[in-house]
Amino acid sequence: MRRDVFQAIADPTRRAIIALIALQPMTPNALAEHFDTTRQAVSKHLKILNECELVKQEQQGREIYYQLEIDKMKEIDKWLEQFKKIWESRFSQLDDLLLTIKKQEK
Amino acid sequence: MKPNLQFDFIVDKQNNTLTVKREFAANRQLVWDCYTKSELLDQWFAPKPLSTKTKSMDFSKGGHWHYAMVEPNGTEYWGLTEYTEIHPIDYYKALDAFSDPDGNINTELPRAKWNVSFQDFGENAIVETIVTYKSLSDLETVINMGMEEGMLSTLERLDDLLATLAK
Repeated sequence: MRRDVFQAIADPTRRAIIALIALQPMTPNALAEHFDTTRQAVSKHLKILNECELVKQEQQGREIYYQLEIDKMKEIDKWLEQFKKIWESRFSQLDDLLLTIKKQEK
Repeated sequence: MKPNLQFDFIVDKQNNTLTVKREFAANRQLVWDCYTKSELLDQWFAPKPLSTKTKSMDFSKGGHWHYAMVEPNGTEYWGLTEYTEIHPIDYYKALDAFSDPDGNINTELPRAKWNVSFQDFGENAIVETIVTYKSLSDLETVINMGMEEGMLSTLERLDDLLATLAK
């Protein structure tokens, strides 16, 4: 199955996880305390986030800490910026059309 | 974009909506016409370098706009917009879809709800478009279709050209 950043942020729990680990690296147990859900459910979300390459893991002693891949989040913004350009192009054409019609009416 | 015209582009990742607000240097009736008459829509709806071609238009509740966006090389992308609610010249609501040349809806591609409202702003008009997708990945699918065709790189070239001309 294809994984990408948009799947990662499609789920509210995963968005909350992203928000939490953006502040500091956290273990699955510490994360689970923030949700009304099982440790297993959190691990499943982390697995998806990992497959989307939005998080990286770091082993510290017996614990695994998860932290956010900031560059991957920037990809989302870059993509939205491109979407914005499509609308700008479209509206610039409408500006020209409105100008043409107004000239014809005069 | 023309200078001094308001343009807001807000993506709400929580609710899968895109809100685009834009001021136009024309009165509300004229802007409404540009959005709701096919002979006018044909002149601006598809972003450059694509062009718009209407096959049929019935701007009434339950009616459809069946159109294609055409690439310079002739490749056509067909769309079908169903009008679900119309209140001239305040707002209209629609459901968009990708289709084939015969107007059969492609159910594998995402559909989105459009809520387009028109307001007076002095002598100008402001149009607010709220596009609601089922999910963010739906939104991504739509964009990727444009990206694959190199449409965006063309747009970037256009920006460069415009910047050069403006100097």
